[in-house]
Amino acid sequence: MSTVCASCFNILVFVTLQQRDPMLKRDGFEDILEERRNSSDLKYALRCYAPVLYKGVTPCKANMLKNIVLQSDQLHYVINQVSQESGEAPDIIQEEASVILEEMAHRLQISTVRFFAFALSKAFKTLFQHVCVNEEGIQRLQQAIQEHPVVLLPSHRSYMDFLLMSYILYTYDLALPVIAAGMDFMGMKFVGEMLRMSGAFFIRRSFGGDKLYWAVFSEYVKTMLRNGFAPIEFFLEGTRSRTCKSLTPKLGLLNIVIEPFFKGEVFDVNLVPVSISYERILEESLYARELLGVPKPKESTSGLLKARRILSEDYGSIHVYFGQPVSVRSLAQGKVNRSTYNLFPRHIPRKPMEETQSFVNDTAYRIVRLQEDNMVLKPWVLMASLLLQNLEGLELSVLTEQTVWLRGLALSYAAFLDWPDHAPTAKVVSSSLALHRGLACVSGGRVSLVVGEPLGPVTPEEALFNRAVSVLSCASYRNQVLHVFLRPAMLAVAMHTAASSKKNEVYNCFSFLWDMFSNDFILCPGDIVQDFEEACYLLVKTGAVQMPQQDIVMTDIGQPTLSFFNGLLEPFLQGYQVVCRYLCEEASEGLTEKQYIPAVRSFAVKLILAGNLRCYEVLSSDMQKNALAALLRMDAVRKVKVADQVTLIVNKMAVNSIDDILGGKLPTQKALLARL
Amino acid sequence: MGRSSVRVLAAATITMTLTSTVCFPRQEIMKWNGWGYSDSKFLFNKKGQAEFTGKRYSILGMVLPSLQDWFENTFGASVNHKSPATPALNASAVPPASLNEAFVEDLKATGIPFSHEAEDRVFRAHGHCLHEIFALREGKKFERVPDMVVWPNCHNDVVKIVELACKHNVCLIPYGGGTSVTSALECPPEETRCIVSLDTSQMNRILWIDEKNLVAHVEAGIIGQDLERLLNESGYCTGHEPDSMEFSSLGGWVATRASGMKKNVYGNIEDLVIHIKVVTPRGVIEKSCQGPRMSTGPDIHHFILGSEGTLGVVTEVTMKIRPIPEYQKYGSVVFPNFEAGVACLREVAKQRCAPASIRLMDNEQFQFGHALKPQVSSIFTNFVEGLKKFYITKFKGFDPHQLVVATLLFEGDRERVLQHEKQVYDIAATFGGLAAGEDNGQRGYILTFVIAYLRDLGMDYYVVAESFETSVPWDRVLDLCRNVKERINRECKERGVQFQPLTSCRVTQTYDAGACVYFYFAFNYRGLADPVHTYERVEHAAREEILANGGSLSHHHGVGKLRKEWMKESISSLGVGMLQSVKDYVDPDNIFGNRNLL
Repeated sequence: MSTVCASCFNILVFVTLQQRDPMLKRDGFEDILEERRNSSDLKYALRCYAPVLYKGVTPCKANMLKNIVLQSDQLHYVINQVSQESGEAPDIIQEEASVILEEMAHRLQISTVRFFAFALSKAFKTLFQHVCVNEEGIQRLQQAIQEHPVVLLPSHRSYMDFLLMSYILYTYDLALPVIAAGMDFMGMKFVGEMLRMSGAFFIRRSFGGDKLYWAVFSEYVKTMLRNGFAPIEFFLEGTRSRTCKSLTPKLGLLNIVIEPFFKGEVFDVNLVPVSISYERILEESLYARELLGVPKPKESTSGLLKARRILSEDYGSIHVYFGQPVSVRSLAQGKVNRSTYNLFPRHIPRKPMEETQSFVNDTAYRIVRLQEDNMVLKPWVLMASLLLQNLEGLELSVLTEQTVWLRGLALSYAAFLDWPDHAPTAKVVSSSLALHRGLACVSGGRVSLVVGEPLGPVTPEEALFNRAVSVLSCASYRNQVLHVFLRPAMLAVAMHTAASSKKNEVYNCFSFLWDMFSNDFILCPGDIVQDFEEACYLLVKTGAVQMPQQDIVMTDIGQPTLSFFNGLLEPFLQGYQVVCRYLCEEASEGLTEKQYIPAVRSFAVKLILAGNLRCYEVLSSDMQKNALAALLRMDAVRKVKVADQVTLIVNKMAVNSIDDILGGKLPTQKALLARL
Repeated sequence: MGRSSVRVLAAATITMTLTSTVCFPRQEIMKWNGWGYSDSKFLFNKKGQAEFTGKRYSILGMVLPSLQDWFENTFGASVNHKSPATPALNASAVPPASLNEAFVEDLKATGIPFSHEAEDRVFRAHGHCLHEIFALREGKKFERVPDMVVWPNCHNDVVKIVELACKHNVCLIPYGGGTSVTSALECPPEETRCIVSLDTSQMNRILWIDEKNLVAHVEAGIIGQDLERLLNESGYCTGHEPDSMEFSSLGGWVATRASGMKKNVYGNIEDLVIHIKVVTPRGVIEKSCQGPRMSTGPDIHHFILGSEGTLGVVTEVTMKIRPIPEYQKYGSVVFPNFEAGVACLREVAKQRCAPASIRLMDNEQFQFGHALKPQVSSIFTNFVEGLKKFYITKFKGFDPHQLVVATLLFEGDRERVLQHEKQVYDIAATFGGLAAGEDNGQRGYILTFVIAYLRDLGMDYYVVAESFETSVPWDRVLDLCRNVKERINRECKERGVQFQPLTSCRVTQTYDAGACVYFYFAFNYRGLADPVHTYERVEHAAREEILANGGSLSHHHGVGKLRKEWMKESISSLGVGMLQSVKDYVDPDNIFGNRNLL
């Protein structure tokens, strides 16, 4: 068998983290590629595959599944309802439903799976050094699959994710999941069908008011779940995160898979968070360009073939961590009263009750945080964080020294760091730089960001764009460590901006930032006080801060930590301020939602070119969207629908004072916040 | 098959006539610390084979060769590990009677017999909940028992007793058959007044039978089997046969809203009563006529039905009677699995063609029933049994660990029974059911009467067991059964039960809109410090699971003190308020202070 991967992990388990997840004790990894390098891929693809199933159910053919769905009371109810509303005959609606199902349903075929097993083995060996999996997690999953319906919830950073998941489950002889995939893939003719035959089912990106579609879709998923034919897999984040930060979870599918538990149709549902960490993401620079407004290439087979170029590069390793299965039953204990479902026929679709909605929302956030917790961080992530705070470049020796310092800090904050054992630090730093040579280079003993290959003369705008690409690419690595430092970093910023060191004032600033940034980061709703306390605890524990009586003050040795933290969040503070300034100074009356992003972008470009702004991250559409969402949430901006256009109405005074608070010019006081 | 040959009820009865002077010790013929008659019990004989002693039941004296294996394999128990009960009541463990002297004086003047002997008081201090029986067997000290027992002989005696109780502020707890499984008979430990157990056993006469209207007027202390036997003598029956009918009383049925096995033909207790007389602290409640149905505001009978002894004492009941059916026939159907069985029962209910009784036992209970098969007397029967088994499991492909059995009981005139039988078997066939003979059906019903004795056997070998029930809409039956079983298994594991528990259920009644589901739950408690506490926590969790899955708090056992905590949730706080205001009006001084229900 393969050897234990890379390194062992120095893990400090904190009380607070333990509170959040009593199981926070991480497993070791095994490299599944090692065996692939030593034995035949063909044999592997053709080997006997006999996974255990939920309570020993017999596997169900895709066609039988469709029949169960089409004959369900749930669907019949909606078909009759739609028929009454539209005046169409039920048969016709039934036919429609069957067409929808046809378009949606997977057609899992073992031969296709075997083809993928073969092809992916080849591809993975070329692309990656290691594909590491925590085998204990696999064992837990195997156990869980037999006991309860399982929902796999992987993080989503790359197209690779779901192929990788199925590949791993196949490798370990586990039941292959059925995967909710976006309709975009259907566009890739042949590939779409291949994916379908490897277990993907396709859902339209938006089907807001379409009752019939929703009914077919939710019944399809629930039928698979109730009968436990296969684990269900989907991405809570809804889409690939282009920034490597976790995205605010989407609730639709989670609602669907949890409902059978509330209705007593299953005893429990196990949610398994899976953290997939890439040392280098295949889509790295693609994402940066996309964030800068270069449209995403449409998924097409030929596009995929062009992407073969990437096969010649080294993408380091992948770590896949299967988290502890989370029992929905245990989570819901005392939070949702299931007997409220007693008085309504279970086949009639109903909007979830408030209690349920908030439970599902809370669960979604917790799962995403569990994903974050088990994301493996590489040394480069720390280096990228340092480089971004020193855009003009750093002495290699300084970078090395600071990386070592940051490693200590990260470990004391329970980061899941994969730092090679027994390797001298200089070697770790240089090999990281080598792997990411497209992003950073060493010249004359200085390390700096690489700025796009200059091809002939470039305009200032092009130069700026190229620089922005490397900053955003680099930021996507820094972003991976943000969840580790986020809470103490917000506290550091709050201490910096608060008018005094009084705990309640610092808390006010903290809660302002918490609220402001809750679209950019995963902050569980309602956890604000807990987050504040966790931040205080961590900063005190690491000696950066002390809390005499009602004050929070920096210690003698706290300076480096706090200033690193301030620097870490600086781009976000600046970015949001630029957005505020744009809305106050530049935005026209009838600014539409559509115009907003390009307008902010060109406003920022102007500022940068004029030398008035050094923050490139504000060019990211992700940050712009999040800032807008925050302002909308705070009622500083309103959306008004006029004809087909959505217009943004700006409350300039409110936006202005938010800008001032972010810039540290105004104290955050409750009164002021209330006025906003 | 005729009806008499299959009666499994005790041949002797416990009717006690007023021959003795002071007290009427039921404990002379009944166990003081277990179920039923003293002379009837299960034991493992020297060869390790199970036997049932006594002459009262049809399985008397038979050897049950498979029971030991089943018992040891199911529970991980061993006949070598005994946990015997304390042999006799230790009178010093019984708190001394605290008597209200003035009340006693006045009572003496009425001539109504009473007692404050420890045995009499302890006997009436409990029902048959696991914790109650377990405590008796262990010889635990009693916290609170009745201070005295009175035996009224008729309605007027009860009126006198209640008047005296009000006058002297004495707490009365009515006692009928003592078969409660809801802690309803437990004395509230916080009760400081003298507690008097009002034993209705002497009010056991049929006062008259009205053949024109087919009703009988009966004193409420009569025990089920006596009522049936006496009516049978005149060619009638009530048809009300709760599983406890050997010991439970008519008044108890009214006070708990009892349900009988044959309710499909005769109805539940609320359908059977025409008139009720109740003595309350405010006086006597009764209606002025015996009209078969009335629109006179909310039915006051429904304040009494299910009042669990909190409002007064039911003294006399007029109830419907029927001529004894000409013909009775048992039957059974095997289904490949529980789902098919439930679907069949649902269909039978839908077509409203349920036989007098139809019950569906799950696989665990099917196997249990098999373990109770007596030794086969001839090689031929053995051969036939083997052939049947081969046919069902090999030829029809039923998985012996999946198959379930429905037991049936048909009643009526012969022709109709046969016709009815065919109809039901035809429905069953469409759900893959195979007729499996009368014997299997009959054995299923025997199980009902002896299972309570089996619990005593289990307790001799470190196994505790209990049953509980619920009613649930049809569409949730399967989900509820699965989830409750799973919950029990999981809770047992979490609470350190070392052995796999037995969880089993059966659908015992069918209605238009749902069914009654009955659970058995038992486990080997070796290695547990406080098995009763563990048991109670698991049952609590199981009840929560039932409620979360759309089941009711109780179908027929009642609430007592065991399930009081869920009353608000079950009937809303306004509903509880309504009941409370009735209680406050009828019994302002809480004379009927057993604190059940509210």
